[in-house]
Amino acid sequence: MINLYFILPEIFISLSIMVLLIIGVFKNSSSKLIYTFSYLVVIISLAINVNISDNFSLFNNSYLIDDFSSFIKSIIFITAFFVMLCSYNYVKIGNFLKIEYPILILCSLLGMIVMVSSNDLIVFYIGLELQSLALYVLAAFNRDNLLSSESGLKYFVLSALSSGLLLYGCSLIYGFSNTTNFEEISRNFSFEYGVIFGMVFVLVGLAFKVSAVPFHMWAPDVYQGSPTSVTVLFAMLPKIAALTVIIKFLYGPFLNLFSEWQIIIIFLSIASMILGAVAAIGQKNLKRLIAYSSISHMGYALAGLTTGTNDGIQSTLIYLTIYLIMNLAFFSCLLMLKRDDIYYENVQDLSGLSKKHPILAFCFLIVLFSLAGIPPLAGFFAKFYVFMAVIKEEMFFLAIVGLLTTVIAAFYYLRIIKVIYFDQEKERFDTNFNFGVKFSLAFSTILILLYFINPNIINQFILSISVI
Amino acid sequence: MFEIGLGHYLTLGAIIFTIGVVGIFLNRKNIIVILMSIELILLAVNINLVSFSIFINDLTGQIFTLFILTVAAAEAAIGLAIIVVYYRNSGTIRVEEIDRLKG
Repeated sequence: MINLYFILPEIFISLSIMVLLIIGVFKNSSSKLIYTFSYLVVIISLAINVNISDNFSLFNNSYLIDDFSSFIKSIIFITAFFVMLCSYNYVKIGNFLKIEYPILILCSLLGMIVMVSSNDLIVFYIGLELQSLALYVLAAFNRDNLLSSESGLKYFVLSALSSGLLLYGCSLIYGFSNTTNFEEISRNFSFEYGVIFGMVFVLVGLAFKVSAVPFHMWAPDVYQGSPTSVTVLFAMLPKIAALTVIIKFLYGPFLNLFSEWQIIIIFLSIASMILGAVAAIGQKNLKRLIAYSSISHMGYALAGLTTGTNDGIQSTLIYLTIYLIMNLAFFSCLLMLKRDDIYYENVQDLSGLSKKHPILAFCFLIVLFSLAGIPPLAGFFAKFYVFMAVIKEEMFFLAIVGLLTTVIAAFYYLRIIKVIYFDQEKERFDTNFNFGVKFSLAFSTILILLYFINPNIINQFILSISVI
Repeated sequence: MFEIGLGHYLTLGAIIFTIGVVGIFLNRKNIIVILMSIELILLAVNINLVSFSIFINDLTGQIFTLFILTVAAAEAAIGLAIIVVYYRNSGTIRVEEIDRLKG
């Protein structure tokens, strides 16, 4: 008998999606209730997931629960909780508070956790599609808005193309290694070129999902066009899942092809760092700017994966975690820029923020310094660990490019700080924020500020993970 | 006599796949064409999987194909729904005119 206890979080989420749908259909105006329930679902799944601390493989070894996947799942649940918490007000005011909204978030959550613990090409593909199908709809959720539906359309076309490429890669891998199981793929390579070809296709598909250059073109448009509450989600959740799958993929079945894929990852990493730093300079819209910033951050995260060592993977995971905290803080700040039920999202709207909202301006300052990587904030340590891991493997070129692009990127972060602190002041923004956005801003800003006192609060979970 | 082997099926798959990818990038007229190109890509993958499955005598490939068919149907449904929403907002589905978001 298969021990279903180990996939209890997945079972729980899928059942609660159905129950919530039924409640939503039969009870009138229940959208607020369902939103509240979905917090509960996420928290309960987190609690169940934390309690499972065992290595186990299910369903003919096609589903693998280990330290790595449980850690990533916990992170996904925590992030999803904060995403929903900080965007509640925006969702309510923007009139997106329909029953489908939280249910779609839960669906994509389910897809992500299936993806993260998959150990088989089929399960992996199904998880990926479950996640993307929900995200297509979320991107176009503001359906009376032209920009939102356009971003949904763009995301749909490019993402469907990338899953097509990924699938073609899967079919080649299957054909030339006679199996879809990750562990068996590494054991029987019958025709190596075919497998390498397939691996490249799969990597291209996954690079689309993490928006690494040259597959980044959807990110700025989708970030800008979709509602801010969905942009928060886009900036955080799919990146964790896709990056985890990249790690599982490269360090699982394709570890013996290390010298082949190392070059690809180095290229993706360098290109993302450079483009993310340069293209963001001229941006006026904060959401578009953070899209380019997240492209460059993904470049740094991928740099840790080029090392082929456990240190490198751990540095990437630390980077990812801190990236999530910084993005949460940034978007909580962004979700506070509201005046008379209209949310502002341009750099110019921040002008002179420090005069009337000193605390909000200070939070912005902390977040932007941290994104730029200025010590002693958390963002500095994230970059520090990655570059240490890279330098240890004597890849100095990658490290030098990374440091140079950090300097370039600092320019546009500092420009926003200049606008906040030294420009002409404008009208005040509203100050009646709800508890959720305040809490997530306070939580993330304090973590960024105080990380250097005891880095172990985050690192202890990651340093125990060993992928290879 | 001329024998049809795995190589022929793979070539057919590769050709259809290429047509699909090129169709997405060269098409300047209509979004529906893009939707059809995406379907072509998925069909090429299915041809690959089924022919591999026959030639290596393993059923997994055909099961994978069934999953892909199901997902492709769901994807087409969502894609059409998004296109309808977009059409209601902008009054056009010409690819060249989808350029509100840029910078």
